[in-house]
Amino acid sequence: MTRALILHAAGTNRDREAAWAVEKAGGEPVILHISELHERPASLHGFQMLVLPGGFSYGDALGAGRLLASDLRWLFEEEMARFVDAGKPVLGICNGFQALLKSGWLPGLPVHPSGHQLDARIQATLTRNASNRFECRWVWMALNPDSPCVFTRGLARRGVSRIGCPVAHGEGRFIPGGGVLERLQANDQVVLTYDRDGAVADGVPSRGPAGYPANPNGSVADVAGICNGQGNVLGLMPHPEDHIVPWQHPRWTRGEREELGLSIFSEGIEYARGL
Amino acid sequence: MLHCIEVFWRAPEPDGRALDVTTQIKQSGTVRVDSVEVSNLTFIRGDLSRAQVERLADALLVDPIVESSRWWSGPGPSAVQAQRLTEQGSDRCVEVGYRAGVTDPVATHVLRRARNLDINSIEAVATGTRYVFTGRQRDLSSDDLHEIAQRVLCNDVIQTYSLGPMEPAFVPRADPSDQVQIVAIREVDDEGLARMSVDRVLYLSLEEMKVIQEEFRRIGRDPTDVELETLAQTWSEHCQHKTFKAEIDFSCEGGVSRILPADYDPAAADEGRIDGLLRTTIRAATERLDREWVRSAFVDNAGIVDFDGTFEVSFKVETHNHPTALEPFGGANTGVGGVIRDILGVSARPIANTDVLCFGELDIDRQDLPEGVLHPRRIARGVVAGIEDYGNKMGIPTVSGAIIYDRGYTANPLVYCGCVGLARQGQHPRHPRPGDLCVAIGGRTGRDGLHGATFSSAELTHETGQTVGSVVQIGDPITEKKVMEAIVVARDAGLYHAITDCGAGGFSSAAGEMGRDIGVEVELSTVPLKYPGLRPWEIWLSEAQERMVLAVPGENLSRLEEICDRFEVEVSVIGRFTGDGRLRVRYQGRTVADMDMEFVHDGWPRPKMRADWKAPLLPDGDVLVPGDLSTVLLHLLGDPDVASKESVIRRYDHEVQGATFVKPLVGAQADGPSDAAVLCPWEIEGWRGLAIGCGINPYYGQIDPYAMAWAVVDEAVRNVVAVGGDPDRIALLDNFCWGNPSLPDRLGSLVRAAQGCHDAALAYGTPFISGKDSLNNEYVDRHGEKRAIPPSLLISSLGVVPDVRKAVTMDLKRPGDWVYVVGQTGAELGGGLLHRLHGVAGGSVPMPVPHAIEMMRSLHRAMLSGLVRACHDLSEGGLALAAAETAIGGRFGLALDLTDLPRTPGVETDVMALFSESNSRFLAEVAPEAAAAFEKALVGWPVARLGAVTDDGVLRFRGIGGGVVVECQLDELAWRFLGTGQEP
Repeated sequence: MTRALILHAAGTNRDREAAWAVEKAGGEPVILHISELHERPASLHGFQMLVLPGGFSYGDALGAGRLLASDLRWLFEEEMARFVDAGKPVLGICNGFQALLKSGWLPGLPVHPSGHQLDARIQATLTRNASNRFECRWVWMALNPDSPCVFTRGLARRGVSRIGCPVAHGEGRFIPGGGVLERLQANDQVVLTYDRDGAVADGVPSRGPAGYPANPNGSVADVAGICNGQGNVLGLMPHPEDHIVPWQHPRWTRGEREELGLSIFSEGIEYARGL
Repeated sequence: MLHCIEVFWRAPEPDGRALDVTTQIKQSGTVRVDSVEVSNLTFIRGDLSRAQVERLADALLVDPIVESSRWWSGPGPSAVQAQRLTEQGSDRCVEVGYRAGVTDPVATHVLRRARNLDINSIEAVATGTRYVFTGRQRDLSSDDLHEIAQRVLCNDVIQTYSLGPMEPAFVPRADPSDQVQIVAIREVDDEGLARMSVDRVLYLSLEEMKVIQEEFRRIGRDPTDVELETLAQTWSEHCQHKTFKAEIDFSCEGGVSRILPADYDPAAADEGRIDGLLRTTIRAATERLDREWVRSAFVDNAGIVDFDGTFEVSFKVETHNHPTALEPFGGANTGVGGVIRDILGVSARPIANTDVLCFGELDIDRQDLPEGVLHPRRIARGVVAGIEDYGNKMGIPTVSGAIIYDRGYTANPLVYCGCVGLARQGQHPRHPRPGDLCVAIGGRTGRDGLHGATFSSAELTHETGQTVGSVVQIGDPITEKKVMEAIVVARDAGLYHAITDCGAGGFSSAAGEMGRDIGVEVELSTVPLKYPGLRPWEIWLSEAQERMVLAVPGENLSRLEEICDRFEVEVSVIGRFTGDGRLRVRYQGRTVADMDMEFVHDGWPRPKMRADWKAPLLPDGDVLVPGDLSTVLLHLLGDPDVASKESVIRRYDHEVQGATFVKPLVGAQADGPSDAAVLCPWEIEGWRGLAIGCGINPYYGQIDPYAMAWAVVDEAVRNVVAVGGDPDRIALLDNFCWGNPSLPDRLGSLVRAAQGCHDAALAYGTPFISGKDSLNNEYVDRHGEKRAIPPSLLISSLGVVPDVRKAVTMDLKRPGDWVYVVGQTGAELGGGLLHRLHGVAGGSVPMPVPHAIEMMRSLHRAMLSGLVRACHDLSEGGLALAAAETAIGGRFGLALDLTDLPRTPGVETDVMALFSESNSRFLAEVAPEAAAAFEKALVGWPVARLGAVTDDGVLRFRGIGGGVVVECQLDELAWRFLGTGQEP
């Protein structure tokens, strides 16, 4: 059985949905509170996949995901490193993405030796939406077919080009540090970008900037999700775990069905099983 | 030492927060401001080295990609202020900080996290926000800045501001206080008693004060302040609902006649003497209906119904009006937090929130505002932000609601917060046993919210804000989230015998209520405090948020502690349940209250009240000929009550928990207003779901509260039926928000409404399972002039959807489909949208439809058989509005003909046919091939095919006389509906 650890911190709120998604994808989810993992950090290696779910860890008191990021650094730095280096899949959704970014696990570009070690690891941020508003709506993401991301490359092979699922966040505006976007694009580490809804039927990603509200938060270059260079760590703002049956789709009563967000979990589990 | 760290935006991308503040200032109608820079201030008291301050800033405060920081240190506040003044100046600058003691999670986290950075010398942390007005605007005078600060940036009730560098407000150091006052009540005359009630913010009547005096004379001693405060809280209208239990002399003249079942005991319907309004109306209906699926009505923190034989669903709706009027964010925020705790108080996991809001008109001129009242726009903005903050952070989807804008709510806004919970059957223990420990879990206790319970009996005045600041608090949703998680685990492990929340009245209410039948003893010095210095009565009465009280058998304590520890929840044993029937409170061993439980809970004298209702003298009103009906329709669509609430709805997370199968916004472009949300919780097996709807219409109530009650029950029921809810499995909740009940006309209209609830519930077969009243929503101006809110009855509905995969949404689905109207249209424009917009008072309000539920049953069967592609209920604005909404939802045209509209003889004009707001009506889209079966399913009911869905992008009505009377382009309809939606 592929065991997935779903890490819960005070304020995490989409842990149960992540668990259902893992289960539906054929994995075995285990929700652990961060203090439980802290008691035995090495138990992380009993899992084949790690999910950092959405929510407001610690109330996002000092910026979204910030305090969870400091937990990841202060409490689990070594264990995380071993897990990631072993190529095991790590999925950070919304608050989990924010934490991965703010602890430097994403995008994980090589650090110039000159930089201050920790700060140089922080290469991009997710900050307050351009509207300064929390926003809950469905978005459509175009998949980068050339990305090495283990959660999506199989989908691209199947011809899947877009995935729809809701966003629900107030701090999802992706802003890269100087020169970072270009490097991410060059490495195909930009896995998912916000896309306009209209072209769903054709399955052809639209061209040009998505614009609001398709890009709900003002993210630079419509970035919705990125991976590390190895492709085994994915962070994204939208919630694939909230689209795991067709009746969650906002237009199911109009007869519309689309690729489920569940597929991202299925790919991750599938990949983990092969490790 | 004091250190001040400022964190400011430096990215080339514009700072959304700063833009937002600029917009708010613009909307507030103060001076013109081009742009503003916003930065965060963190004040740290303690001896930190330079390196430590830098480490703290880097590790915790600054986002290095978009922010930078600078900092100052000095021996004390004035030194730091002086440095900042030299460096930063005070020009064009406002700084805002919380008052001491207001919940500040940011400060708490900085304090806690600093230890991880090996910084252990921090004594206290406070935060602030700095606004600097940049740009080319003319120089702002200090008067301008004061105005901006007061209108937009700072709420005096919880914050202070300064022009230029601020001084942080740390909670002053204080020693523990054991001060208990003996209140000499036995020898006081009537005048003295009345004064005592006012001076101590007890809000007890003279008669009640005399009963207390009598009791203590009998005992032979004077009460302590703890005892007196306990009685005032327990006997408050808020906690005791005295008006609904009072003996009422009622007179009624005119209005709609009551409709009662044929076999109804006429004595029980006697108008003259009402022996307890709750008992004889709302509860009587539930008892008479005696539905086997009602698990608990009116006894617990929330009503509970069976869901599927395995799970039970609980539902509670509360109001938080007075605090919201003073501090909109905090009031609404803690309102949501409070009702969630009600659901935790029945051992359930919250699965949905609802919010119904009533505000004054957003465009009211500042000069027309009553004195001391916040502008409705500011109230609305704060309320929405407060709900967003709490609901979203709790991870509970906010799925249903409404917003009403009316002048009557300018001084007294209403915030109805609801919460729905889910639990397995039999998981909610409710009987503490003698010997059980009295355990408090969750947040710490501070001076927050003292006198909240009694204050809710007050009328607001021009100076309320200054006198009762402590009543208002800010919530901390993450603390409550942790409490929720701990409770769910403790519940599953069966660790407690009873549980309740600390709401109004704090421990006094929670422990007092829980120990009601057996007695309880509490030691106040064991209560964890936010800061020292609270007097015993303050600890006992504090309404600090995020606390729950449990009755725990001693042998389970360590397991409970373990669970709470895992979720970082503080636990403390504060007393034990005794079995001697007394309420005993101690402080450091000394008895500070000792009263008989029976006196505490039942000793209050039952009030006798007068209620008169007389049908208002209003013109007939049904003679309106407003000209071009297309223009009228467009105008109506843009009315604030009707126009899309998308900008608000999207700020609430309605997707979390993954169960929202019919969302609040539906249709081709996800902007059609759904009649009700449908949830399919993941815990349950299969596809059974829940539909949540509501009905509210204060406008009908101003003409006839009885008819209003029927109309809003009908609306709440038809909302649920329209999405596929089973009409025979709908439970209702009532929330009455009214004016001062000691005025006979206010109480008269309340009685009429309660009677309407009763009669309608019997007709629809929908039991009430929970309810709440909030009275005294009244504003008294400087001259003593009183203004009550309109009679505001909210009916919330909870229905079972047999199969969520057969749920139906309101958006038109396919050109060529036929469109039916179900239900009869009467000449009922009174209180309706059309009349309101044309300033017409009077007219006939929508009349009760006694057999509506049978028709809805037929409609439901048709829906279950898959015969209905879209369904939308007809409410405000009648047929015309509903048709426009379905067209917008589906982005299709619609061609309808009024000739065959089922209608009463009074409906002779197109205006009436289009805009009448008669109850129990629906629009249904049916595929032509399903039409025969649909018509058969509804045979015997007033149903007619009015036309078809089109793909020409036009909404067209042919009138009764045959000609086209409405022709509107879809784009224009959508633009009116969406484009003018008011964002608070």
